Amino acid sequence: MNSPAKILIVDDEPNILLSLKFLMTKAGYSVRTAKDGEEALAEVAREKPDLMLLDVMMPKIDGFTVCQRVKSMADCVDVRIVMLTARGRDVEREKGLSLGADDYITKPFSTKDTLERVAGLLAQSKAEPSSESAAT
Amino acid sequence: MPMLSSSVIISVSFLYIGLLFAIAYYCDKRADAGRSVIANPYVYALSIAVYCTSWTFFGSVGRAATTGVGFLPIYIGPTLTFIIGWMVIRKIIRISKANRITSIADFIASRYGNSFALGALVSIIAVIGIPPYISLQLKAISTSFSILQGYPSIIMPQDVNGTSLLHDTEFYVTLLMASFAIVFGTRHIDASEHHEGMVAAIAFESVVKLVAFLSVGLFVTFGLFNGFSDIFARAEASPDLKRLFTINGISGHVSWITLTILSMAAIVVLPRQFQVVVVENIDERHLKKAMWLFPLYLLLINIFVLPVAFAGLLMFPDGSVKPDTFVLTIAMKDQQPLLALLAFIGGLSAATGMIIMEAIALATMVSNDLVMPLLLRMDWLRMRMRDDLTGILLAIRRGTILLVLFLGYLYASTLGTSYALVTIGLVSFVAVLQFAPAIIAGIYWKGATKAGALAGLAGGFALWTYTLLLPSFARSGWLSASFADHGPYGLALLKPYALFGLEGLDPISHATIWTMVFNVALLAGVSLFTSQSMLERSQAVHFVDAFKQSQGNGGEWRGRASADELWSLLARFLGAARTETALARFEKEYGRTLVLHGPADSDVVSFVKRQLAGVIGAASARIMVASVLREEMQDLDEVTRILDEASQLVVYSRRLESKSRELEAATAELQGANVRLRELDKLKDDFMATVSHEIRTPLTSIRSFSEILRDNPDIELEERQEFISIIVLESERLSRLINDILDLAKMEAGTTQWVFEVTDPKPVIEQALAATSGLFAKSASAKLRTVIAEKLEPVRIDRDRFTQVIVNLVSNAVKFCDRDHGLVTVKAWQEDGLIRVDVIDNGQGIAAQDQEKIFERFQQAGNTLTDKPQGTGLGLPICRQILQEFGGEVWVTSEAGKGAVFSFRVPIAADAPATAEHGPSLAQDAVLDAI
Repeated sequence: MNSPAKILIVDDEPNILLSLKFLMTKAGYSVRTAKDGEEALAEVAREKPDLMLLDVMMPKIDGFTVCQRVKSMADCVDVRIVMLTARGRDVEREKGLSLGADDYITKPFSTKDTLERVAGLLAQSKAEPSSESAAT
Repeated sequence: MPMLSSSVIISVSFLYIGLLFAIAYYCDKRADAGRSVIANPYVYALSIAVYCTSWTFFGSVGRAATTGVGFLPIYIGPTLTFIIGWMVIRKIIRISKANRITSIADFIASRYGNSFALGALVSIIAVIGIPPYISLQLKAISTSFSILQGYPSIIMPQDVNGTSLLHDTEFYVTLLMASFAIVFGTRHIDASEHHEGMVAAIAFESVVKLVAFLSVGLFVTFGLFNGFSDIFARAEASPDLKRLFTINGISGHVSWITLTILSMAAIVVLPRQFQVVVVENIDERHLKKAMWLFPLYLLLINIFVLPVAFAGLLMFPDGSVKPDTFVLTIAMKDQQPLLALLAFIGGLSAATGMIIMEAIALATMVSNDLVMPLLLRMDWLRMRMRDDLTGILLAIRRGTILLVLFLGYLYASTLGTSYALVTIGLVSFVAVLQFAPAIIAGIYWKGATKAGALAGLAGGFALWTYTLLLPSFARSGWLSASFADHGPYGLALLKPYALFGLEGLDPISHATIWTMVFNVALLAGVSLFTSQSMLERSQAVHFVDAFKQSQGNGGEWRGRASADELWSLLARFLGAARTETALARFEKEYGRTLVLHGPADSDVVSFVKRQLAGVIGAASARIMVASVLREEMQDLDEVTRILDEASQLVVYSRRLESKSRELEAATAELQGANVRLRELDKLKDDFMATVSHEIRTPLTSIRSFSEILRDNPDIELEERQEFISIIVLESERLSRLINDILDLAKMEAGTTQWVFEVTDPKPVIEQALAATSGLFAKSASAKLRTVIAEKLEPVRIDRDRFTQVIVNLVSNAVKFCDRDHGLVTVKAWQEDGLIRVDVIDNGQGIAAQDQEKIFERFQQAGNTLTDKPQGTGLGLPICRQILQEFGGEVWVTSEAGKGAVFSFRVPIAADAPATAEHGPSLAQDAVLDAI
């Protein structure tokens, strides 16, 4: 229980990746990063994170696809996914949520707000642990 | 004592005719100028007095001298017609104006469904029936001329038979009259137009003949005698003359009645009368005045008939002088040459008026209703193809005038001697009387059919030929005389003057009775047993209901109709084939066979109604069906109106079809345009989303690190420095982006201001490369190699933009060249009138499918596996825009893994005056920003 929550941050912008990594590390999470969708899926396969901060527009495999794939993995249903997008259109928000994302944050984001949401989501999943997570 | 030599008479005659021409010419000119002379009821009434021919002028006295008051019916008839029957005339005028009727043949043909046969038959009857009447005029002119020529002695002219043609006065008169009529009457082509000049001339003639006759009458009554009472007293004293005051026996009364009837009809149905009364009528209201003016004229011209006749009989008791010439000879006898000349002119005017009008009326009729329709039917003549038929029309009319006058001459010179003037005229009256039943029935009885009219006309005309024309042939020796006296083959029942045993009547009454019996009986009988075509029916309604307003009344049906009638109604609208289909559908729908004869049941009625509604609309269909269901079609005009509408509906629906096809095409076009618009809209949305993304990305970093720095004052200095420099870099990136977006947008919108100059490109390239030295300094490994030709021709460029292109390409090359042993080669040389620059890197190269894409906005090639490509994604699109403006081009050649070559070229300036075009440059810092 006391082991920190594992967060995987995925973004093709190195500076954004850097800022988020700093924020999350600072908040006490165990942080890993990936530069694109392919790398992200590899990281998830390597070790299931508790939460993903996932950029939408990335080369090769985009964020939506990654979200869908992760959610469709048998033991990853309870991975919390927060989509990050710079496109800020409602249709995309809808699309993200319909694909199983848990939250949706528009860039440029407020660091405080982002931290709060992440904390909130992690608290939720602790309160209602799924069978899969129990089995892990 | 003045002599009346033939030259004097001829001169006066020609002067008179010249005067007529002058009047006609003047009035035509006035009419052309819009100031009609004849547009008043007085001229109209006078022109109707063309009825009074030389027959009236000379013949009335003649008839009065032989039969006493027997001359009167000829004038009582028209008087009755005008006073009692003016409504009939008004109706004929109304109809004729509405239908642009040109002649009596036209009128009858129109009424019976524009029947060619009827028009032709009427024309033929007129052409055969009228010449006797014309011969009368010719005879009158030549006779009066001959007598006057003999002045002061009174010599009756001898039979013309035997005299040579050269001395034949009638022949010359004929030729003269023919040319007169041709010149007068065939100047206009449109027969429905008014012949104003001619009508004016005719009216003038009516005045002349009235003045002439009144002069003779006054001279006789008050000059030779002491007023009317004196003459009548002296006449009564003479036993020979006394009989003239009474009508003798049954035949006398019958004669009166038939003559009255004949002349009642003649005032309208004589072709020339129809012409002046109906066709030349300018205003229907003129009829109201004419209805008493014209009878007044008749009264005036007849007042002195009996006195002159009595005077003549008293003055020439031996019978040596023909009573037909009394008007002339009395004046001659009393040695009054001027009065005699006036009398001659009066007779001449009466004759010429008649001949002109009659010839023109007949010519119109023959050309319009007989010859032209025939010619048009002869396909091999290709008449329909001709544009201008006026020449042919005129030729036909002139030919007809010649023919009619020649027939008149022939009749006069061969047959005419056997009759008195009046009798000859009456032969024509009986002929044209045959038109009357068809006209009267035509305008008062909707049921009169074309077949009925044809039968009546043909029957009446046949009887006329048999009872009047053939006997006159017999009398003049063309046929055996026994034909007239004993009937053909001695059959007494077939005696032409006593047909079927009807004896004791004068030939005219006899012929009138028989022709009318046959004519009316055939017309009525055949009409009752034949049916009308739809066109005929519609015309019948138009003619009979000429005064009625259309009464729309769609009352409910009573009565019965056979299924057959309903189906033929349907066929009229659907056509035979579709009606067959409908019949089959009916039988399928109701599961029973349709019995066509026998009354229609409600199923049939509603089915037909529905079918019709599909074609002409429900309301029309209901009225159509209702009209058939009635036992009588009381609402015929409504029906024909609907038929008209239906044919219009067909036209409309065709138009609608083509309109809806056009609409479909327009809709398809619009849909296409809409699709294109949506595509453009999507492109715009995509562009906006991309721009948004590109701007938000650096902003995100800036905001994040700013907040981090704000919220974490305890960050180590080194990290803090790193974060701050990230913020600076991202801010620079943001401003570059915004600059590029604006730059490109301006270029695409055409609002960029270019500063063109013709310049040597070599120093420009070298300066641009110098500006990129910073890039190589930053890079760990990249080296620059330049291969620039010794000399380059000048090009016409915007120096700053040219520099921008090179910096863009070189900075791209630095970004993408080999990480460890980066080499960027820049070559510049001259080829085919162009300056060519290549920027070569030794990086990963660009996949073939991306080579075109990278020139589009925000389309960076995803060939960097490790790093996100730097730059705005707008550099290459901007390069392409700039080179387009220079008249050059930019492209890339690359093989994956072997680096990429970005090439561009610009044309060498043709003749190189190194003039600079100045203007503000909006992109001075483009060099720095293009990285």
